Amino acid sequence: MLRIENLTVDHGAIRALHGVSFNVEKGQLAAVIGANGAGKTTLLRTLSGLNKASDGQAHWSDHNILHSKPEKLVRHGITHVSEGKSVIPELTVSENLELGSLWRRNRSESAQSKKEVLELFPRLGERLSQRADSLSGGERQMLALGRSIMSKPELLLLDEPSLGLAPLVIEQIFQAIRDLTTAKGLTVILVEQNAMGALKIADVGIVLNLGSIAASGSAAALKDDPAVRAAYLGF
Amino acid sequence: MFELINTLLIGITAGSIYSLMAISIVLVWRSTRVVNFAAGGLALASSFVGAAILEKTGSFWIALPLAMVAGAVFSAFIEYFFLRPLLKRSGDQGAEIFLPIIATLGLLGIIKTILNYIYGDRIGALPPPLPDKGFVVSGESIALSPMRLLILGIVLLLMISLTLIFQRTNLGLSLRASSFAPEISRLAGIRVDFIRTVGWAISGAAGATAGILQTTNGSGSVSPESFEFSLLLVFGFVAAVIGGIESLVGAVLGGLTLGIILAIILMYVGGSLVFIAAFLILILVLLLRPQGIIGAKGGRRA
Repeated sequence: MLRIENLTVDHGAIRALHGVSFNVEKGQLAAVIGANGAGKTTLLRTLSGLNKASDGQAHWSDHNILHSKPEKLVRHGITHVSEGKSVIPELTVSENLELGSLWRRNRSESAQSKKEVLELFPRLGERLSQRADSLSGGERQMLALGRSIMSKPELLLLDEPSLGLAPLVIEQIFQAIRDLTTAKGLTVILVEQNAMGALKIADVGIVLNLGSIAASGSAAALKDDPAVRAAYLGF
Repeated sequence: MFELINTLLIGITAGSIYSLMAISIVLVWRSTRVVNFAAGGLALASSFVGAAILEKTGSFWIALPLAMVAGAVFSAFIEYFFLRPLLKRSGDQGAEIFLPIIATLGLLGIIKTILNYIYGDRIGALPPPLPDKGFVVSGESIALSPMRLLILGIVLLLMISLTLIFQRTNLGLSLRASSFAPEISRLAGIRVDFIRTVGWAISGAAGATAGILQTTNGSGSVSPESFEFSLLLVFGFVAAVIGGIESLVGAVLGGLTLGIILAIILMYVGGSLVFIAAFLILILVLLLRPQGIIGAKGGRRA
């Protein structure tokens, strides 16, 4: 279980998160939605060790995850796919994937993970030796997701996987995220600007507003909440 | 005709040594975005180690690899205890572009001062391990000697090894990924800080080799105020820039280009112009093709 208590993060003089608290059960997909500047990305970057917390606690299966480096948290099962097609354009598709499993130092396990990823995203298999910058936006997002799977995560932090993608591709990516969560028993924190799409596939939803939680609950309930609809879903 | 071929041979040999120095500079640039002027000092210190080992053992074949190890250790030491804390502290105050440059320039001075203190006027001898007399082709002696052949062989061997390490091993993948995208690499579980130290260590080993070969190809002895090493640093830096500062292949091409051009100028124009010519080439490249010979389009990455 992911337990976050009173998490407070400052960017210099600006407070990005004000005492945020919530829990996510193992195996659940939690959508974090909210307007630009609500603190969604800061939340993920703090959980993965890229940003420092000023106050509060965060535990993943009883392991304190604040104040650790990202490369260490990967070894505790926490993998973060950062915003904007998080791939390395200069490397090949195959190298981008392998990067995620280097820390495991186990060639056979890594080959097994690669097979799984290529079954999930067959299009990557056709492009293994191409440079990542030759991929389309959707393929890059698949590659970023694929790399995160190579790290064998238990808690997956996804930052706006739908950013800049065509509606049809967004649907594919969201479906893949949902399938992965169920098939691998992952716990997923999905940060999204596309609130409706995210709540459709999520189990629970958290609405952030100016660094605080404005609403939370089951994704289905949030989707039907008139206040949430008016403020964040646009109708 | 012989004269031209000899000039080219001299240029290629000298250029291959500049290539190694350029590789040393490029490796540090790629791993930490620092222009390492201390590379010349590290090469100098490693060459003194090589000379000391040569004096003890009498064998160039023991002295060279141990000097490379010493270069790697010196370089990693400087990254870990000096540059890393400095870069962590400098943060986003706008000075971070200048800080490492000033710092490595200062280090160069410190290293030279320490060597001066230890060695004073004494010099370290690094004579050529193989005959420096050119092979005789149809009655005429050409510039290609067993020693020059050895230099080319060592440089070639190192370049092949480096290429294999970078393209074929997990360490190489980590090195490339960390240099292109440190944050994504961290998130993928790569220990980027450690990988950076490794990058500096490989750079130190390449610099040590460049220093030793430069000495054996030149005067045969090292001194703390060696002019040969000043040339090596400047030419290595120019070669790295010609090659686009990002690329190992570029560094090699830059070094060879510079070596050949300088040898031609030395032969047909005059020795006093060599230094000026190197800077002229640097300025021309920066003006006409700032991304270097094989640098990426769209200019230099930050």
